[in-house]
Amino acid sequence: MADYREVTLDDIRNLVSDRALSGENILLNMGPQHPSTHGVLRLLLELDGEIVINCIPDIGFLHTGVEKNMESKIYQKAEVMTDRLDYTNTIGNNLAFVLAVEKLLDLDVPPRAEYIRVILTELSRINSHLIWLGTSCLDLAAMSVFLYTFREREIILDIFELVSGQRMMTTYIRPGGLWRDVPSEFVQAVQHFIDIFPKRIEEYDGILRKNKLFLERTRGIGVITAEECVQYSVSGPILRACGKPFDLRRARPYSVYDKFDFDIPTEQNGDIYDRYLVRMEELRQSTRIIEQALKDMPSGPTRSSDHKVVPPPRSEIGTSMEALIHHFKLWTEGFCVPKGSTYQTIETPRGLLGVYMESDGSPKPLRVHYHTPSRTNLQAMPIMTRNRFLADVVGIIGSVDIVLGDADR
Amino acid sequence: MNKHQSRAVEKIQKDFSAGAEEIKDEITLFLSPDTFIPAIKLLRDQYGFDMLILETAVDYWPQLEPRFHLVCRLWSMAENDILGVRVPLKGNFPSLPTLTVLYPAASWFEREVWDMFGIKFEGHPDPRRLIMPYDWEGHPLRKDYPLGYEEPQFTFNFEKVAAHKPHPKE
Repeated sequence: MADYREVTLDDIRNLVSDRALSGENILLNMGPQHPSTHGVLRLLLELDGEIVINCIPDIGFLHTGVEKNMESKIYQKAEVMTDRLDYTNTIGNNLAFVLAVEKLLDLDVPPRAEYIRVILTELSRINSHLIWLGTSCLDLAAMSVFLYTFREREIILDIFELVSGQRMMTTYIRPGGLWRDVPSEFVQAVQHFIDIFPKRIEEYDGILRKNKLFLERTRGIGVITAEECVQYSVSGPILRACGKPFDLRRARPYSVYDKFDFDIPTEQNGDIYDRYLVRMEELRQSTRIIEQALKDMPSGPTRSSDHKVVPPPRSEIGTSMEALIHHFKLWTEGFCVPKGSTYQTIETPRGLLGVYMESDGSPKPLRVHYHTPSRTNLQAMPIMTRNRFLADVVGIIGSVDIVLGDADR
Repeated sequence: MNKHQSRAVEKIQKDFSAGAEEIKDEITLFLSPDTFIPAIKLLRDQYGFDMLILETAVDYWPQLEPRFHLVCRLWSMAENDILGVRVPLKGNFPSLPTLTVLYPAASWFEREVWDMFGIKFEGHPDPRRLIMPYDWEGHPLRKDYPLGYEEPQFTFNFEKVAAHKPHPKE
């Protein structure tokens, strides 16, 4: 390893203004270890007194080399790494990867698997928004909301554990459908959750929506216009809070979302309060989608029967030669994906998540690139924090809703 | 390929003599480093592709000619349309003009491409590494860059691995 080298002013000369270099403005390091930056995010703030002149985000502290690692693993093993990217929306990450693989393979998914995928993805969206609500209100000193949202989250994690055995890193959605069918208690558990959840949303709203302290800290702060959002490729609730009703589930429906009836919440001002309103309304709309999916769920197989990609049932291995050979090939070599490239986007709770996958005919991917919403939305931080107080920066980071596993990969 | 996309693709093919490929209803235009910026400017201004949702690179080593491809995807908010652009790049340290003049979002995407692949962007306002530390040498996502894992220490290679392990000094 090279010797340590101090960062001097010369390195950052073109990033900060002249007043900072001469010492009139302070350069403050809101360092990677900070309780309010939602992970290991470093912000270099240039302050004139208490007012932020410029904010330069510095990421890379949680970089684990997922994209490089995936190039040396077969597709089934690479999928396990996808859970760990945006660890609050694990099922959504799985879905993006699997949609790309299925596109390259031209694989059909049975309808029952599609409906269960939608139910689990929406539960994951509710999970992510509950974490957002809890942690960002914790930053704004509304600490009791944190405990209430994590109480709801326990019910969702119990459902994930019922279905896959794992609370968070489930890898339940696999190429061809799901890992296996849901147990018989699943419908009852999800029905119980959507029966109690609307009242709980009213509880959170009751604490926050008309609270004078909350309004003081969120109204008119962190404003970004819709044109700037489009120029900086910002998507998700931030774009919807600026007035553009853009939701990929409506614009380019993937995975049976065109069969459900739901609204796209939008607000006009683009500040933190509007993002709060948009996300709370999204919780209600997700509950609506889950209710419809639970009612219309068809019966049938939950995984494609193409055994060149999907493992055959264990009971057949003793009697059928093809099943044995398929099992052997899948566990030693993995399935070969034909040459091609594709880009699949889904709508995650943070924005647009895109997977660019290129294959060269071998069982290992040639290139997998994740275009993540957290990294893209973080580019717009300097615009949102310009000329605001230092105390507002904390609220703005919370409202952008970044997850560093997503931003750094 | 719907009508909006086909009109845009035909115009670009005619004006800039670009190739086009359609893989499973996703269209990709092949451009060169010279026609890259004018063609995308035309797509943005005239055909409404106003959001850049992907800019990354692929390394085809050991194939050296071309070694890299720059891959972009443009999204049109009005028509809910997506269009792909690929630029084959020659050489081991290629360079091409930056997209930040058209889409400010490209700033961090191009920083990542420089960091991971070593492709230079002329005119980029902030050419620093994005995710690796500022004094890192090498470009990790290239295919000739090692994966860099820790070798498991079995009995047959015990001494060899132990020589590289950090030990506290006496």
